[in-house]
Amino acid sequence: MKILCCVKRVPAPGAKINVTADGQDVDAAHLGFTMSPHEECAVEGAVQLIEEHGGEVTVLTLGTGDAEEQLRYAVSVGATHGVLVEADTIQWDPQRTAQAITAAVQELEGDEPFDLIMFGNESADAGGFQVGIRIAMALGRPIVQGIKGVEIGDDTIIARREIDGGFEVYELPSPAVLGIKEGLNLPRYPTMKGRLASKKVELNSITASAAEGGQVRVKLHRPEETVSETVILGMGAEAAAAVVDVLDELGVL
Amino acid sequence: MSDFPTSAKVVVIGAGIVGNCLVGHLARLGWTDLVLLDKGPLPNPGGSTGHASNFIFPVDHNKEMALLGEQSANQYRDMDLSVDSGGIEVARTQERMDELQRRMTSAKAWGIEAHLLDPAQVKELVPFVNDDVILGGFYCPTVSVVDSLETGTVMRKEAIEKAGCQVFANTEVLDILTDDTPRPNGRRKVTGVVTDKGTIDAEHVVVACGVWSNQIAYMADTYIPLVPAVHQMADVGPLDVLAETNNEIGYPIVRDMDTFCYERQSAGSMEVGSYAHRPILHHPDEIPSNEEAALSPTEMPFTADDFDQQMEEAIELMDMLGDAEIKYAINGLLSLTPDAMPCLGELPDVENFWAASAVWVKEGPGMAQVVAEWMTHGYPRVIDSHGADVARFYDEEKSDEHIWARASEHFNKTYGIVHPAEQWDSRRHLVEAPFKSRQEALGAEFFQARVWERPQWYTSNADLVERYGLEERPVEWDNRWWNPITVGEHLNLRENCGLIDLSAFQIFELEGPGAVEFADYLAVNKIDVPVFRSVYTPWLNQDGGFHSDLTMMRMAEDRVRIVTGVFDGGRDEFWVRKHMPNDGSVTFTNLTKQISTLGLWGPNAPSVLGQLTDHDLSHEGSPYGSYLPVTIAGVECHLFRISYVGDTGWEIYMPWDEAGTVFDAIMEAGEDHGLRITGGGVYSLSGRIEKGYRLMGAELESEYNPIEAGLARPKVKAADFIGKEAYLAAREAGAEVQCVTLIVDDNVDSNGNERFMQGGNEPILTLDGERIVDSHGRVSRVTTAGYSPSLGKNLLMGYLPNELAVPGTKLQSMYMNGLYSCTVVGSGSAFDPEDTRLKG
Repeated sequence: MKILCCVKRVPAPGAKINVTADGQDVDAAHLGFTMSPHEECAVEGAVQLIEEHGGEVTVLTLGTGDAEEQLRYAVSVGATHGVLVEADTIQWDPQRTAQAITAAVQELEGDEPFDLIMFGNESADAGGFQVGIRIAMALGRPIVQGIKGVEIGDDTIIARREIDGGFEVYELPSPAVLGIKEGLNLPRYPTMKGRLASKKVELNSITASAAEGGQVRVKLHRPEETVSETVILGMGAEAAAAVVDVLDELGVL
Repeated sequence: MSDFPTSAKVVVIGAGIVGNCLVGHLARLGWTDLVLLDKGPLPNPGGSTGHASNFIFPVDHNKEMALLGEQSANQYRDMDLSVDSGGIEVARTQERMDELQRRMTSAKAWGIEAHLLDPAQVKELVPFVNDDVILGGFYCPTVSVVDSLETGTVMRKEAIEKAGCQVFANTEVLDILTDDTPRPNGRRKVTGVVTDKGTIDAEHVVVACGVWSNQIAYMADTYIPLVPAVHQMADVGPLDVLAETNNEIGYPIVRDMDTFCYERQSAGSMEVGSYAHRPILHHPDEIPSNEEAALSPTEMPFTADDFDQQMEEAIELMDMLGDAEIKYAINGLLSLTPDAMPCLGELPDVENFWAASAVWVKEGPGMAQVVAEWMTHGYPRVIDSHGADVARFYDEEKSDEHIWARASEHFNKTYGIVHPAEQWDSRRHLVEAPFKSRQEALGAEFFQARVWERPQWYTSNADLVERYGLEERPVEWDNRWWNPITVGEHLNLRENCGLIDLSAFQIFELEGPGAVEFADYLAVNKIDVPVFRSVYTPWLNQDGGFHSDLTMMRMAEDRVRIVTGVFDGGRDEFWVRKHMPNDGSVTFTNLTKQISTLGLWGPNAPSVLGQLTDHDLSHEGSPYGSYLPVTIAGVECHLFRISYVGDTGWEIYMPWDEAGTVFDAIMEAGEDHGLRITGGGVYSLSGRIEKGYRLMGAELESEYNPIEAGLARPKVKAADFIGKEAYLAAREAGAEVQCVTLIVDDNVDSNGNERFMQGGNEPILTLDGERIVDSHGRVSRVTTAGYSPSLGKNLLMGYLPNELAVPGTKLQSMYMNGLYSCTVVGSGSAFDPEDTRLKG
């Protein structure tokens, strides 16, 4: 089977994200980059599907040349091909991004559509929840978001979505599109051999062209953090009296 | 925080391995009123300690690094926070196999158990090594893995319990306060530390904050020359063979020396670390704060492209690593200095402001002890630490441009094979003699002494090789950074005469009504001598060991000149400034770049110089040790009758701007007298070692005193001087060891090649192959090795216990793991022991 995974280069989590002085971008000085956790699970899921059923996984991103890092990472954990839809900046609006990727998908597919296209449920930085849905609509394919389980049926894709107290199970005709949520699986780390192999893979490059959409970034703003002070009350048994005092103060004793 | 202190005796900035051990050692030495600060949280505030690989390979060619490494390893052992995993340095090339022989020699010198292994033996110890790609290994069973974070915690607790040390995490230093009242010694005094929690008035402030150290030094308008640099490390696993050991470290650590990488087990996975990637340096202000950092400030995002080659090579050595997952990988920051040595001691510009920086986990506890002792006793006691003394740097070495260039150059030599005479590629020709163009025209091969360029030999003397029938050396290592021309220059000097550039001499003057008294306070020998007399003298530290040896000249009733070597200029200037009175009775001037110096020596030297001056150059008119104002070729010079090469002649001191005139006149006058321009190879090595002249940093270190060095005079002057009490006690006790010269009887190695010893620190052994160690634990080792052209033999210098220091005693020396028989000459000269040539 043929699977396409779409990923986005985003700042690695854990660090305090600063905003540039003009408010138009994040300050990348101290940042490492990754793809979002949803997308990592999508790539892992895709790789597991072809390990079981055979086939190929193509991973695609829209961005600048820097985003090759994420494509090669995906290859290092088992994706077969990488495609960079080259844009002047990674910060394209959702409409424009969807339009460019739709065109790229059509170019890649020709007469032979991907059996499954997987997105992260939403990107880890902008969180627009739009691109996957727009592309599915443009391609005229069914899409379900929030997926935490994927199986392959006869000419169908069976997807499970977590809800309060259980799962919704969807059966989609292939070709279909899924928005994957973290928790689908536990993504593997690249092996050293995988990393080295990914360096040798030739990436396919497609120039992105699409008109700007309606969503405009005005300014990024970093909300004030509320810092809560942590006081170490003591170590081991010696701390007991202080803990009692605090609990007493809180009125829970 | 109302309990934040407003004053303290000592504030230590940085709670990594160094800062924690430092407060612990200060507490042991009786200090109280200590404050320890860190901007990060405890126990891991986010500096280099937190991501260290925490292993110690105890063998190093450098004495300070080896002995402080061993000292540190033992401190970790004493706290039971260390395990001896063993370690193997594997070789992939023959050149590395030769280097491993050299490491066996250093292991023997420092008394560390070590074995050379063939590939099968390596595989026996580490079954997952691919023995096809290696030629052998150097196995050291006492390589240890330590818990540096827990060690820091234990030492910090000791300081809290013993000395009431107050510890403040999450406290950022914003400024260092100094008393800016101008003083004659040009120094300021530290007075406090401003933090985001308040200001602490402090008597002493210690910078122990690793990669941030220079940033803190800047706050006091001074420098700790180091740069944060990336060391890449990846943790890969899980690996069953490692997990099955049920141990944090169950297999010896492997250093893959030729790929500059190591593989160190960490429980079920393997840490692969590299010193092979391109140098990646950062400005301290590029390091993220604890909040901005995804991991910790010094665990920066991994740049995978830089590591790919190392991965390939690691898989070559250990195939199983290929399928291991990369779970954690960082660009870890550590500190690099311009000369690859740490920065320890008081900062020259600022009194009571101390550096304990550029120290890695492997030497942390020992170096913390060094600094604690320095603060307590005025000098470190555990070991001579001149190589790490932060006062060693010249101004040219403190710029970012210099620090970055040199750090970039030596980073990839971390596991490199570095020849003892190896020269730097970068940052050359920073300071040059006024004769530079003349030297270049004569084909000077320049060697750099810290920042000064000095000709080592001159290719214009190539004809001397034929004249004296000289040859290259058969083994490339002995031939490297060497040329037979230097032997030709030596023999010509002994036969005729040679002119040597000594412009790198560091020249200071003390002037004022208190100048002579202060000069006497610095020196063992009496400086209150008649005007125009000079005195060669040791300067001692408070414990009576050597701080320096140099010459001092009485220039006038109230003026004393100090002339010292280029390797010691920074330390000696600091020593003067530190001790000089601040009552205005003495002023200090550095004249180094105003006065140039030439040495003219050899039997024909008087005939050459006689053509250029009317002065009486006989021993009556220019007696040994005199320092006389004399006009030479129309230039007002000082003529200093002395010799560091053993032939008659002079050091000629002249104004920098007129030095070329004197140079040209001497060269012209020498044309018919066999005069040759002569390189530093003769001055600093072959001429010196034939005469057994001692050198600061080689024979002379703080661990030895003048009695042992054979430099004590019959009487002790009445005036007080630094170290006098200890010196008198040492005289009373007598010497346990003596500095001697040995002659190598037979220098042919097991392959039938003649070898030419160089380097130093090779052990001197009994005929049974046993190390020789005195009651202070000092080992007999080669302090200087060199070839004597006059005798046609290799000579060695070193200290031997009295019973072995007897002329004629047969011993052995080790070189590249081979043993060579040698004979003790004694404490005098191997060549011309009666000094007849000096009187010539």
